[in-house]
Amino acid sequence: MATAAIEKDNKNLWGGGVEPLKVSYGKLMMWFFLLSDALSFSGLLITYGMIRYSHKAYEGLVKDFVFSDTYWPVPEKVFTHIPFTHTPFPLVFVGIMTFILIMSSVTMVLAVEAGHRNDKNDVQKWLLWTILGGIAFVGCQAWEWTIFISGSETGRQLFDGSIFHGANLRANEYGPVPFADLFFFITGFHGTHVTSGIIINILVFYNVSIGTYEKVGHYEMVEKVGLYWHFVDLVWVFVFTFFYLV
Amino acid sequence: MSHAHHDSAPALHVHPKDPAKIRKVWITAGILAFFTAIEFVCAFTMDRGPILTSIFVALTFVKTFYIVGEFMHLKYERKVLIWSIVLPVMFIIWLITALLMEGGYIFVERAAIFN
Repeated sequence: MATAAIEKDNKNLWGGGVEPLKVSYGKLMMWFFLLSDALSFSGLLITYGMIRYSHKAYEGLVKDFVFSDTYWPVPEKVFTHIPFTHTPFPLVFVGIMTFILIMSSVTMVLAVEAGHRNDKNDVQKWLLWTILGGIAFVGCQAWEWTIFISGSETGRQLFDGSIFHGANLRANEYGPVPFADLFFFITGFHGTHVTSGIIINILVFYNVSIGTYEKVGHYEMVEKVGLYWHFVDLVWVFVFTFFYLV
Repeated sequence: MSHAHHDSAPALHVHPKDPAKIRKVWITAGILAFFTAIEFVCAFTMDRGPILTSIFVALTFVKTFYIVGEFMHLKYERKVLIWSIVLPVMFIIWLITALLMEGGYIFVERAAIFN
């Protein structure tokens, strides 16, 4: 650089060569990517809200609820199944999924913390737990989809008189058609994010193992993938509230 | 390091653990689990309606604050960075209002046309 001395006054703060926001270029761009991703997910969840508001709400008691085309289903009556049992446990399985994802977020924070200390072994250990948590979550989600797609044994009679079990994009036993469509789109888009997060985590884990970041001199890549992972966890908090609870 | 390696860079200096920092991580995790548990309890003990929905939305925002603030460390960044992330997100509130009202109108119009 020709002008090696960088003046520290405000005029030159945005002139290049320094970090005005005190974060590196990579981290800053990760933040702005996450901002744009937050807008995509808002679009999907707000669409859910709009379509739900354009349908009749169920007005009776929750215990008397039955599936019907005429009103929007009560989610706790749809998501009642957990694997290996036939007793209904409303929302328990999705609660387990939430717990898994929050725990994987915790292990990711610990990986980032270990990265700050340049502790390669700890970074490896916590990244591995995070990857396992992510895989467990995606596995649970695959199961959740299977349950949703195959449906109940009784099913529901459609307008044309046929009995329909489960759900696809054109018909479902739980309620109006868009309910299942939105389920597939929103949880699917989130699941895709978790899956890509796992892949990126595995790549970072590999790089940690072969000592790439020791050569670079810092573990900032773990921080960047950490931001992404927490964001995916955050989106699940919203999906959990607005799809499963409300 | 072991034999047959020609690493030019020496291994980085490993700093000791700071127990206070790690404790804080687990406390934040505990808070997140606690609020999720409250949501579950409310879901099964309260009647559905605007009050229950408000509780869910409020707790979701509390959890957001902890995840973004503590886990993603945004609370400790520069003010300019905080606002350049938070401000655009605030505009979403308008989209929520507009589209939920729109959905309500679609419902009313459909009812008027088909009944």
